[in-house]
Amino acid sequence: MITLTHFLVVSACIFCVGLYAVLAKRSTIMILVGIELMINAAILNFVAFGKYDKINYGGQVFALFAIVLAAAAVAVGLAIILNVYRHFKTINPENIHELKD
Amino acid sequence: MTIESLLFYAFAGMAIVSALLLVHIRNTARALFLLFIVLFAMAGLYLFALADFIAITQILVYVGGVLILLIFAFMLSNKELLNDLQSTSKRFISLPNWQALILALAFLGIMVYSYINWSQHMPQWITQSEAKGTIILPTDNNIKVLGFKFMTQYVLPFEIISVFLMMALIGAAHLSRKEDNE
Repeated sequence: MITLTHFLVVSACIFCVGLYAVLAKRSTIMILVGIELMINAAILNFVAFGKYDKINYGGQVFALFAIVLAAAAVAVGLAIILNVYRHFKTINPENIHELKD
Repeated sequence: MTIESLLFYAFAGMAIVSALLLVHIRNTARALFLLFIVLFAMAGLYLFALADFIAITQILVYVGGVLILLIFAFMLSNKELLNDLQSTSKRFISLPNWQALILALAFLGIMVYSYINWSQHMPQWITQSEAKGTIILPTDNNIKVLGFKFMTQYVLPFEIISVFLMMALIGAAHLSRKEDNE
């Protein structure tokens, strides 16, 4: 029998891996991947709780909204990364320490 | 142990192990391909929460869209990254990674501890819906109900998210254009 706690513990593990990637990685793309992992953990929580909500279907509906938000975030983030790379010739966030102009 | 929980543990283990490998590996291209496995395993876990439409959408949007975008960005900004990787220290655990590791492990410990304490007494709405039998069953037709919900109860958030998505796409196209004065 798979209870709610199983889902919550798995999503906590994925979330912490994403947190580690955000904190420790030296490439902006890997930081973006870490954010995607954290969003996936949040979606897993939405879906796991949504199983108990047959009247409103709130969990599944807002899981879909979260997927759309993540896709929008990654599109804008990658556009910014490409601009930063064109300007600084690096995507290591430690070397990007000045604004344009 | 039933075959259901066996499959659940297999998917969960696959997701967690490949996520750990993803953050450990130095090669960004390999890490991005490991993200494929993580996202597929997460889609499998959504199936166990009886959210079939979310699982399909996850595969379509993430694997079909987001991951391809990430690989594009990796290939367009590759050259300097390789020099960067070679200049890093050869020690197994460098100092900033060490701090991040402690922070992430502390966060994991707090979350798992509080989840296990919390699961002793579930919130009232969960116990109520379990008693009334209004939980989603494997025989339910989720996609039809989701379509009705999107067009009736959640029509305002749906419209807002559509406008937001269009704003994000126009903004991304505007940001990544070639500048005229160069």
